[in-house]
Amino acid sequence: MAVLDSPRIVSSRAEFADGHTLSRYLATGGYVALRKALTMFPEQVAAEVDAASLLGRGGAGFPAGRKWSMLRKSPVSYLVVNGDESEPATFKDHFLVERDPHQLIEGVIIAAYALQVSQAFIYVRGEFALGLERVQQAVNDAYAEGALGSKIFGSDFSIDVVVHPGAGAYICGEETALIEGLEGKRGFPRIKPPFFPAVTGLYGEPTVVNNVETMSNLPWIVNNGGAAFAALGAGRSTGTRLFALAGRVNNPGVYEIEMVKNTFRDLIFDPRLGGGVKDGRALKAIIPGGVSAPWFGPDLLDLPLGQDEVGEKGSMLGSGSVVVLDETSCVVRAAWRITKFFSRESCGQCTPCREGSGWIERAMYRLEHGGGRMEDMDLLLDLCDNIAPGLSWPPQQTTICVLGSSIPSSVHSAIAMFPDDFKAHVIHGGCPHD
Amino acid sequence: MSHFHPEIRQRAEELVALYPRARSAMLPLLHLAQEQDGYLSQAGIDEVAALTGTTSADVRGTAAFYDMFHLEPVGKYVVGVCTNIACLLAGGEEFLEHAAKTLGCAVGSTTSDGLFTLEETECLADCDRAPCVQVNHRYVRTTTPATFDALVDDLRQGKLDADVPAHGTLIRVRRSGGLRAPRQEIADQRVRSSAARAQRAEEAK
Repeated sequence: MAVLDSPRIVSSRAEFADGHTLSRYLATGGYVALRKALTMFPEQVAAEVDAASLLGRGGAGFPAGRKWSMLRKSPVSYLVVNGDESEPATFKDHFLVERDPHQLIEGVIIAAYALQVSQAFIYVRGEFALGLERVQQAVNDAYAEGALGSKIFGSDFSIDVVVHPGAGAYICGEETALIEGLEGKRGFPRIKPPFFPAVTGLYGEPTVVNNVETMSNLPWIVNNGGAAFAALGAGRSTGTRLFALAGRVNNPGVYEIEMVKNTFRDLIFDPRLGGGVKDGRALKAIIPGGVSAPWFGPDLLDLPLGQDEVGEKGSMLGSGSVVVLDETSCVVRAAWRITKFFSRESCGQCTPCREGSGWIERAMYRLEHGGGRMEDMDLLLDLCDNIAPGLSWPPQQTTICVLGSSIPSSVHSAIAMFPDDFKAHVIHGGCPHD
Repeated sequence: MSHFHPEIRQRAEELVALYPRARSAMLPLLHLAQEQDGYLSQAGIDEVAALTGTTSADVRGTAAFYDMFHLEPVGKYVVGVCTNIACLLAGGEEFLEHAAKTLGCAVGSTTSDGLFTLEETECLADCDRAPCVQVNHRYVRTTTPATFDALVDDLRQGKLDADVPAHGTLIRVRRSGGLRAPRQEIADQRVRSSAARAQRAEEAK
């Protein structure tokens, strides 16, 4: 049975239809943490976040506190919040920006205070029309409340927050591409080094880029202390996390559960969470952490939902998404569709990604739609190996950003786990499920 | 002579003022240009170039990178159906086929009356209500063919004009007032806070 007695840190207002309003936010403890933070020294606030061991919730899982401390030597110019959530089957930031925008903004102000930054940008995915409306309204209300602007809440600290709309580009979720988007350019990732945002970020100045969920955790951490956060979870994975469960399950949705204390089985099968596989069918595979992640079979259902636990088995918690495939799901079609996505979204700067994604997509298409050959499996693995040599995990990188090295995950997993399904497609001359 | 209507021009100038560099307002301004014209017209692009201190070619090249910007006219309602992984597993491809049949236009094209454009989209981050459909980037949450057809009827009759405004992601996004923290105040604050922190570090030794 799933362990569900942990506090709800970021989804505490989920039950309220008006959780996005200032009145509800204030009635449920809103902006108390910010007032508390303003009575502390900035480095004390940063120390609490460090003590919480909060791992970034965007996908890479880099400790937020360490990201900040990389910048302590030179002053930070800008804080940029990544709300460009576009990893397929990931919808937890969508939930946070629409349902609890004030919590996000309070987190942003706390982070800005800890970093002593006075200019912050919240980059919200363009397709989130309602999310953009709600975050902007919340920013307007926060100004009126005195939580934003000059000398907030009577303190000595001033800050402006600007809401920036994206315009439809998966790659802008990559932090340097996001910065390019914020500079009004095509979302081309920058090469690291030298363009680590902490050193050379927005307008070439030191910039912190953090994810929406990461920011949304900060009010609770300030209110309850970093130690209380670190007491949840285990090992490197502290606190709770939002998991976006989708695919062939009875109750898809966003669930906040304690890290490590629950397994994939708990998340998918507990009646208070996923409620089991649709129509009582057998589970075929799970895609943990977004479509960039290698797949797991049913044998790993009892793996705890923790950063290192999943990493050691050759995949990642990534963006917090979990997709369930059942016995009726076609793995060839699934891997083909995921590759089609990468092919569409490749920014085109690097040859292995630009050409490789299209090549893999075409080979997968013909397998799925008739015209596949037995030797296609070797061809596909060779193509994957060209993009991410060795097909190890974490992958080797031949491209500027990790979009390229994410392409092989699904195809490699599908071939390795279900070679017979590929053969059946060749023999059948197309998808046997059609 | 501004191509933008006075209200749009006013919003555009407000947006430019929010950023340290004018070019940063590129994406929001392109959303505004599209809101006025329904797509990115040459005149709209020219005006964005002037407002951001770039060239029209640069603006067009930037806009072409982003899926939400249309360089040709589109229907009043842009219907996006997701077929990515979660929606695929919920019959998204079949749903898209159904949408094409109901609307009477191929995927990627516009109906002859100019009312609808149908697009196959990538993941729209609403996967617990798959297959996911957006109209003008508003989630409409019609997951069955019957509810989709009813939605199309309602749109045709203009019943949803309040919920699904034509074009313009930012039509209801308006910042109240400009930046409030004066540059000089920020500079002073930085000097003060660095000095104070250095002093605290010194005392801690």
